[in-house]
Amino acid sequence: MTTLNQTADHGLSHDAASLSAFDKRLLNEYQRDFPLSPRPYAEIARQLGAQEAEVITALRRLKRAGLISRVGAVVTPHKAGWSTLAAMAVPAERLEEVADLVSSYLEVNHNYEREHSLNLWFVVASADKAGVRAVLKSMEQETGLQVLDLPLVEAYRLDLGFPLSWD
Amino acid sequence: MGLNEPDRTVIAALQDGLALEPRPFGAIAMAAGLTEGEVVERLDRMIEAGAIRRFGVIVRHHELGYRANAMVVWDVPDEVVALIGRRLARLPYITLCYQRPRRPPIWPYNLFCMIHGRDREAVERQVDEATCAAGLDGLPRDILFSKRRFKQRGARYRVARAESGAKPEVPA
Repeated sequence: MTTLNQTADHGLSHDAASLSAFDKRLLNEYQRDFPLSPRPYAEIARQLGAQEAEVITALRRLKRAGLISRVGAVVTPHKAGWSTLAAMAVPAERLEEVADLVSSYLEVNHNYEREHSLNLWFVVASADKAGVRAVLKSMEQETGLQVLDLPLVEAYRLDLGFPLSWD
Repeated sequence: MGLNEPDRTVIAALQDGLALEPRPFGAIAMAAGLTEGEVVERLDRMIEAGAIRRFGVIVRHHELGYRANAMVVWDVPDEVVALIGRRLARLPYITLCYQRPRRPPIWPYNLFCMIHGRDREAVERQVDEATCAAGLDGLPRDILFSKRRFKQRGARYRVARAESGAKPEVPA
Protein backbone atom coordinates (compact mmCIF):
# COMPACT_ATOMS: atom_id res chain seq x y z
CA MET A 1 0.00 0.00 0.00
CA THR A 2 1.29 3.42 -0.88
CA THR A 3 0.06 6.82 0.10
CA LEU A 4 0.46 8.83 -3.06
CA ASN A 5 1.71 11.95 -1.34
CA GLN A 6 4.19 9.99 0.72
CA THR A 7 5.66 8.42 -2.40
CA ALA A 8 6.12 11.85 -3.89
CA ASP A 9 7.95 13.03 -0.80
CA HIS A 10 10.21 10.04 -0.60
CA GLY A 11 12.27 10.64 -3.62
CA LEU A 12 11.00 8.27 -6.29
CA SER A 13 10.39 11.40 -8.34
CA HIS A 14 14.11 12.03 -7.95
CA ASP A 15 14.68 9.00 -10.18
CA ALA A 16 12.34 10.47 -12.76
CA ALA A 17 14.28 13.73 -12.67
CA SER A 18 17.63 12.03 -13.20
CA LEU A 19 16.70 10.03 -16.28
CA SER A 20 19.12 10.00 -19.19
CA ALA A 21 18.06 10.74 -22.75
CA PHE A 22 18.46 7.02 -23.42
CA ASP A 23 16.12 6.12 -20.51
CA LYS A 24 13.55 8.59 -21.79
CA ARG A 25 13.57 7.06 -25.25
CA LEU A 26 13.13 3.58 -23.78
CA LEU A 27 10.20 4.81 -21.70
CA ASN A 28 8.47 6.74 -24.45
CA GLU A 29 9.14 4.90 -27.68
CA TYR A 30 8.57 1.29 -26.67
CA GLN A 31 5.15 1.43 -25.03
CA ARG A 32 3.85 0.25 -28.39
CA ASP A 33 5.63 -1.24 -31.37
CA PHE A 34 7.93 -3.25 -29.16
CA PRO A 35 9.98 -5.47 -31.49
CA LEU A 36 8.56 -8.98 -31.63
CA SER A 37 11.66 -10.89 -32.59
CA PRO A 38 13.65 -13.57 -30.76
CA ARG A 39 16.10 -10.94 -29.48
CA PRO A 40 13.91 -7.87 -28.94
CA TYR A 41 16.41 -5.96 -26.79
CA ALA A 42 19.06 -6.36 -29.47
CA GLU A 43 16.60 -4.91 -31.97
CA ILE A 44 15.88 -1.93 -29.67
CA ALA A 45 19.64 -1.47 -29.23
CA ARG A 46 20.08 -1.41 -33.00
CA GLN A 47 17.32 1.22 -33.33
CA LEU A 48 18.83 3.41 -30.59
CA GLY A 49 22.46 2.89 -31.53
CA ALA A 50 23.36 1.02 -28.34
CA GLN A 51 24.34 -2.44 -27.17
CA GLU A 52 21.82 -5.13 -26.23
CA ALA A 53 23.32 -5.33 -22.72
CA GLU A 54 22.84 -1.56 -22.22
CA VAL A 55 19.15 -1.85 -23.09
CA ILE A 56 18.65 -4.77 -20.72
CA THR A 57 20.58 -3.07 -17.92
CA ALA A 58 18.63 0.17 -18.31
CA LEU A 59 15.25 -1.60 -18.34
CA ARG A 60 16.19 -3.60 -15.24
CA ARG A 61 17.21 -0.40 -13.46
CA LEU A 62 14.00 1.41 -14.46
CA LYS A 63 11.98 -1.55 -13.24
CA ARG A 64 13.87 -1.68 -9.94
CA ALA A 65 13.26 2.05 -9.48
CA GLY A 66 9.54 1.42 -9.99
CA LEU A 67 9.29 3.60 -13.10
CA ILE A 68 8.35 0.60 -15.23
CA SER A 69 5.84 -1.93 -14.02
CA ARG A 70 6.80 -4.48 -16.68
CA VAL A 71 7.31 -5.15 -20.35
CA GLY A 72 4.17 -6.93 -21.38
CA ALA A 73 0.82 -7.14 -23.07
CA VAL A 74 -2.22 -4.99 -22.39
CA VAL A 75 -5.11 -7.23 -23.34
CA THR A 76 -8.19 -5.68 -24.93
CA PRO A 77 -11.05 -5.86 -22.41
CA HIS A 78 -13.23 -8.95 -22.69
CA LYS A 79 -10.99 -10.69 -25.21
CA ALA A 80 -9.01 -12.94 -22.90
CA GLY A 81 -11.55 -12.98 -20.09
CA TRP A 82 -13.97 -10.71 -18.28
CA SER A 83 -13.31 -7.66 -16.14
CA THR A 84 -15.18 -4.90 -14.43
CA LEU A 85 -14.67 -1.63 -12.59
CA ALA A 86 -16.10 -1.89 -9.09
CA ALA A 87 -16.75 0.69 -6.41
CA MET A 88 -17.65 0.70 -2.73
CA ALA A 89 -18.68 3.35 -0.22
CA VAL A 90 -16.56 2.41 2.78
CA PRO A 91 -16.90 4.16 6.16
CA ALA A 92 -13.64 6.08 6.81
CA GLU A 93 -12.73 4.02 9.87
CA ARG A 94 -12.96 0.78 7.87
CA LEU A 95 -11.20 1.93 4.71
CA GLU A 96 -7.79 0.33 5.30
CA GLU A 97 -9.26 -2.95 6.47
CA VAL A 98 -11.63 -3.19 3.48
CA ALA A 99 -8.97 -2.01 0.99
CA ASP A 100 -6.58 -4.67 2.24
CA LEU A 101 -9.25 -7.33 1.92
CA VAL A 102 -10.06 -6.19 -1.65
CA SER A 103 -6.34 -6.15 -2.59
CA SER A 104 -5.90 -9.67 -1.22
CA TYR A 105 -7.93 -11.13 -4.09
CA LEU A 106 -5.66 -12.28 -6.90
CA GLU A 107 -8.36 -11.16 -9.36
CA VAL A 108 -7.97 -7.51 -8.28
CA ASN A 109 -5.36 -5.44 -10.11
CA HIS A 110 -5.84 -1.70 -9.58
CA ASN A 111 -7.25 -0.60 -6.24
CA TYR A 112 -7.43 3.11 -5.36
CA GLU A 113 -8.96 5.37 -2.78
CA ARG A 114 -10.72 8.23 -4.57
CA GLU A 115 -12.30 11.48 -3.41
CA HIS A 116 -15.99 10.63 -3.40
CA SER A 117 -18.55 8.99 -1.11
CA LEU A 118 -17.85 5.93 -3.27
CA ASN A 119 -14.28 6.01 -2.02
CA LEU A 120 -12.79 2.66 -3.05
CA TRP A 121 -12.40 1.85 -6.77
CA PHE A 122 -10.83 -1.30 -8.15
CA VAL A 123 -10.67 -3.51 -11.23
CA VAL A 124 -11.57 -7.20 -11.05
CA ALA A 125 -10.49 -9.52 -13.87
CA SER A 126 -11.16 -13.22 -14.25
CA ALA A 127 -11.52 -15.92 -16.89
CA ASP A 128 -15.25 -15.24 -17.28
CA LYS A 129 -18.21 -13.19 -16.08
CA ALA A 130 -19.16 -15.79 -13.46
CA GLY A 131 -15.66 -15.58 -11.98
CA VAL A 132 -15.92 -11.80 -11.63
CA ARG A 133 -19.41 -12.04 -10.12
CA ALA A 134 -18.20 -14.60 -7.58
CA VAL A 135 -15.43 -12.26 -6.42
CA LEU A 136 -17.81 -9.29 -6.05
CA LYS A 137 -20.30 -11.44 -4.14
CA SER A 138 -17.60 -12.80 -1.86
CA MET A 139 -16.45 -9.21 -1.10
CA GLU A 140 -20.01 -8.20 -0.21
CA GLN A 141 -20.33 -11.16 2.13
CA GLU A 142 -16.95 -10.52 3.74
CA THR A 143 -17.53 -6.79 4.30
CA GLY A 144 -21.31 -6.44 4.56
CA LEU A 145 -20.99 -3.54 2.10
CA GLN A 146 -22.50 -3.18 -1.36
CA VAL A 147 -20.14 -3.48 -4.34
CA LEU A 148 -21.15 -1.59 -7.50
CA ASP A 149 -20.42 -3.50 -10.71
CA LEU A 150 -19.67 -1.11 -13.59
CA PRO A 151 -18.59 -3.22 -16.59
CA LEU A 152 -17.53 -1.68 -19.85
CA VAL A 153 -20.42 -0.86 -22.21
CA GLU A 154 -18.33 0.67 -24.97
CA ALA A 155 -14.70 1.75 -25.21
CA TYR A 156 -13.98 5.04 -26.98
CA ARG A 157 -10.32 4.96 -26.15
CA LEU A 158 -8.34 1.99 -24.91
CA ASP A 159 -4.88 1.98 -23.45
CA LEU A 160 -2.50 3.10 -26.19
CA GLY A 161 0.35 3.98 -23.90
CA PHE A 162 1.06 7.31 -22.31
CA PRO A 163 3.08 10.07 -23.97
CA LEU A 164 5.50 11.33 -21.32
CA SER A 165 6.72 14.90 -21.45
CA TRP A 166 9.80 15.90 -19.53
CA ASP A 167 9.58 19.66 -19.05
CA MET B 1 -11.37 -12.53 -32.62
CA GLY B 2 -11.66 -15.32 -30.08
CA LEU B 3 -8.55 -16.49 -28.32
CA ASN B 4 -7.73 -20.18 -28.39
CA GLU B 5 -6.15 -22.14 -25.60
CA PRO B 6 -2.48 -21.65 -26.63
CA ASP B 7 -3.11 -17.90 -27.00
CA ARG B 8 -4.47 -17.77 -23.46
CA THR B 9 -1.52 -19.75 -22.19
CA VAL B 10 0.89 -17.26 -23.78
CA ILE B 11 -0.98 -14.32 -22.21
CA ALA B 12 -1.00 -16.05 -18.83
CA ALA B 13 2.75 -16.69 -19.07
CA LEU B 14 3.25 -12.97 -19.74
CA GLN B 15 1.30 -11.74 -16.71
CA ASP B 16 4.39 -10.91 -14.70
CA GLY B 17 6.12 -9.36 -17.68
CA LEU B 18 8.64 -10.35 -20.30
CA ALA B 19 11.99 -11.40 -18.84
CA LEU B 20 14.73 -8.78 -19.18
CA GLU B 21 17.13 -11.26 -20.74
CA PRO B 22 18.49 -11.66 -24.25
CA ARG B 23 15.97 -14.31 -25.39
CA PRO B 24 12.88 -13.57 -23.30
CA PHE B 25 10.35 -15.37 -25.48
CA GLY B 26 12.14 -18.65 -24.78
CA ALA B 27 10.82 -18.74 -21.21
CA ILE B 28 7.28 -18.02 -22.42
CA ALA B 29 7.65 -20.80 -25.01
CA MET B 30 8.72 -23.24 -22.33
CA ALA B 31 5.73 -22.37 -20.13
CA ALA B 32 3.30 -22.61 -23.05
CA GLY B 33 4.76 -25.75 -24.61
CA LEU B 34 5.47 -23.93 -27.87
CA THR B 35 8.59 -22.94 -29.74
CA GLU B 36 10.06 -19.44 -29.40
CA GLY B 37 9.04 -18.71 -33.00
CA GLU B 38 5.48 -19.82 -32.35
CA VAL B 39 5.20 -17.52 -29.32
CA VAL B 40 6.40 -14.51 -31.30
CA GLU B 41 4.06 -15.39 -34.16
CA ARG B 42 1.06 -15.78 -31.85
CA LEU B 43 1.72 -12.45 -30.13
CA ASP B 44 2.08 -10.79 -33.50
CA ARG B 45 -1.26 -12.23 -34.61
CA MET B 46 -3.05 -11.22 -31.40
CA ILE B 47 -1.80 -7.65 -31.79
CA GLU B 48 -2.81 -7.61 -35.44
CA ALA B 49 -6.30 -8.88 -34.53
CA GLY B 50 -6.71 -6.35 -31.71
CA ALA B 51 -6.91 -8.95 -28.92
CA ILE B 52 -3.74 -7.44 -27.49
CA ARG B 53 -4.18 -3.69 -27.36
CA ARG B 54 -0.51 -2.97 -27.06
CA PHE B 55 2.68 -4.77 -26.27
CA GLY B 56 5.61 -2.98 -24.72
CA VAL B 57 6.89 -0.99 -21.79
CA ILE B 58 4.21 -0.35 -19.16
CA VAL B 59 5.18 2.74 -17.19
CA ARG B 60 4.09 3.84 -13.73
CA HIS B 61 2.70 7.34 -14.04
CA HIS B 62 2.97 8.32 -10.43
CA GLU B 63 6.64 7.40 -10.13
CA LEU B 64 7.36 9.33 -13.33
CA GLY B 65 6.08 12.52 -11.78
CA TYR B 66 2.42 12.40 -12.83
CA ARG B 67 1.19 12.73 -9.27
CA ALA B 68 -2.40 13.71 -9.96
CA ASN B 69 -4.67 11.06 -11.40
CA ALA B 70 -8.35 11.72 -11.84
CA MET B 71 -11.26 9.66 -13.00
CA VAL B 72 -13.62 12.17 -14.56
CA VAL B 73 -17.25 11.20 -15.07
CA TRP B 74 -20.32 12.75 -16.71
CA ASP B 75 -23.98 11.90 -17.01
CA VAL B 76 -24.57 12.11 -20.76
CA PRO B 77 -27.89 11.35 -22.50
CA ASP B 78 -27.71 7.87 -24.05
CA GLU B 79 -28.45 9.20 -27.57
CA VAL B 80 -25.27 11.27 -27.66
CA VAL B 81 -22.88 9.42 -25.35
CA ALA B 82 -21.06 7.61 -28.19
CA LEU B 83 -20.61 10.81 -30.18
CA ILE B 84 -19.34 12.77 -27.19
CA GLY B 85 -17.23 9.85 -25.94
CA ARG B 86 -15.40 9.65 -29.26
CA ARG B 87 -14.81 13.40 -29.24
CA LEU B 88 -13.43 13.23 -25.72
CA ALA B 89 -11.22 10.26 -26.61
CA ARG B 90 -9.45 12.27 -29.31
CA LEU B 91 -7.95 14.72 -26.80
CA PRO B 92 -4.28 13.87 -26.26
CA TYR B 93 -4.35 13.86 -22.45
CA ILE B 94 -7.29 11.47 -22.15
CA THR B 95 -5.70 8.07 -21.51
CA LEU B 96 -8.83 5.92 -21.26
CA CYS B 97 -12.43 6.68 -22.17
CA TYR B 98 -15.35 4.33 -21.61
CA GLN B 99 -19.11 4.16 -21.38
CA ARG B 100 -20.23 2.25 -18.29
CA PRO B 101 -23.69 1.68 -16.78
CA ARG B 102 -25.32 4.14 -14.35
CA ARG B 103 -26.45 2.70 -11.02
CA PRO B 104 -29.10 5.14 -9.80
CA PRO B 105 -29.54 6.53 -7.27
CA ILE B 106 -26.00 5.84 -6.02
CA TRP B 107 -24.15 6.42 -9.27
CA PRO B 108 -25.68 8.65 -11.98
CA TYR B 109 -22.73 8.81 -14.41
CA ASN B 110 -22.23 6.85 -17.65
CA LEU B 111 -19.16 8.42 -19.33
CA PHE B 112 -15.75 7.79 -17.75
CA CYS B 113 -12.28 9.00 -18.62
CA MET B 114 -8.85 9.09 -16.98
CA ILE B 115 -6.51 12.07 -16.90
CA HIS B 116 -2.99 11.94 -15.47
CA GLY B 117 -1.22 15.21 -14.76
CA ARG B 118 1.81 16.64 -13.01
CA ASP B 119 -0.43 18.20 -10.36
CA ARG B 120 -4.04 18.77 -9.43
CA GLU B 121 -4.26 22.19 -11.05
CA ALA B 122 -2.99 20.84 -14.38
CA VAL B 123 -5.63 18.11 -14.32
CA GLU B 124 -8.40 20.57 -13.41
CA ARG B 125 -7.43 22.80 -16.35
CA GLN B 126 -7.57 19.82 -18.68
CA VAL B 127 -10.95 18.76 -17.33
CA ASP B 128 -12.34 22.23 -18.07
CA GLU B 129 -10.81 22.23 -21.52
CA ALA B 130 -12.11 18.71 -22.25
CA THR B 131 -15.58 19.65 -21.02
CA CYS B 132 -15.67 22.49 -23.49
CA ALA B 133 -13.99 20.68 -26.40
CA ALA B 134 -16.22 17.61 -26.23
CA GLY B 135 -19.47 19.58 -25.80
CA LEU B 136 -20.07 18.49 -22.22
CA ASP B 137 -20.90 21.93 -20.78
CA GLY B 138 -23.81 21.94 -18.40
CA LEU B 139 -23.93 18.17 -17.94
CA PRO B 140 -23.58 16.71 -14.43
CA ARG B 141 -19.92 15.98 -13.77
CA ASP B 142 -17.65 14.76 -11.01
CA ILE B 143 -13.85 14.59 -10.66
CA LEU B 144 -12.58 11.70 -8.54
CA PHE B 145 -8.93 12.34 -7.73
CA SER B 146 -7.04 9.36 -6.39
CA LYS B 147 -5.84 9.67 -2.80
CA ARG B 148 -4.14 6.38 -2.08
CA ARG B 149 -2.98 3.52 -4.22
CA PHE B 150 -3.54 0.21 -2.50
CA LYS B 151 -2.63 -2.02 -5.44
CA GLN B 152 -1.45 -1.64 -9.02
CA ARG B 153 -0.34 -4.37 -11.40
CA GLY B 154 -1.42 -6.14 -14.59
CA ALA B 155 -4.62 -8.16 -14.86
CA ARG B 156 -4.55 -11.88 -14.27
CA TYR B 157 -7.28 -13.44 -16.31
CA ARG B 158 -6.34 -16.92 -15.35
CA VAL B 159 -6.24 -17.57 -11.64
CA ALA B 160 -5.71 -21.15 -10.58
CA ARG B 161 -8.86 -22.48 -8.91
CA ALA B 162 -7.02 -23.24 -5.69
CA GLU B 163 -5.72 -19.67 -5.50
CA SER B 164 -9.05 -18.01 -6.16
CA GLY B 165 -11.05 -16.48 -3.34
CA ALA B 166 -10.31 -14.32 -0.34
CA LYS B 167 -6.80 -15.48 0.23
CA PRO B 168 -3.95 -13.10 0.82
CA GLU B 169 -1.72 -12.73 -2.17
CA VAL B 170 1.92 -13.69 -1.82
CA PRO B 171 3.84 -10.42 -2.18
CA ALA B 172 5.71 -10.19 -5.48
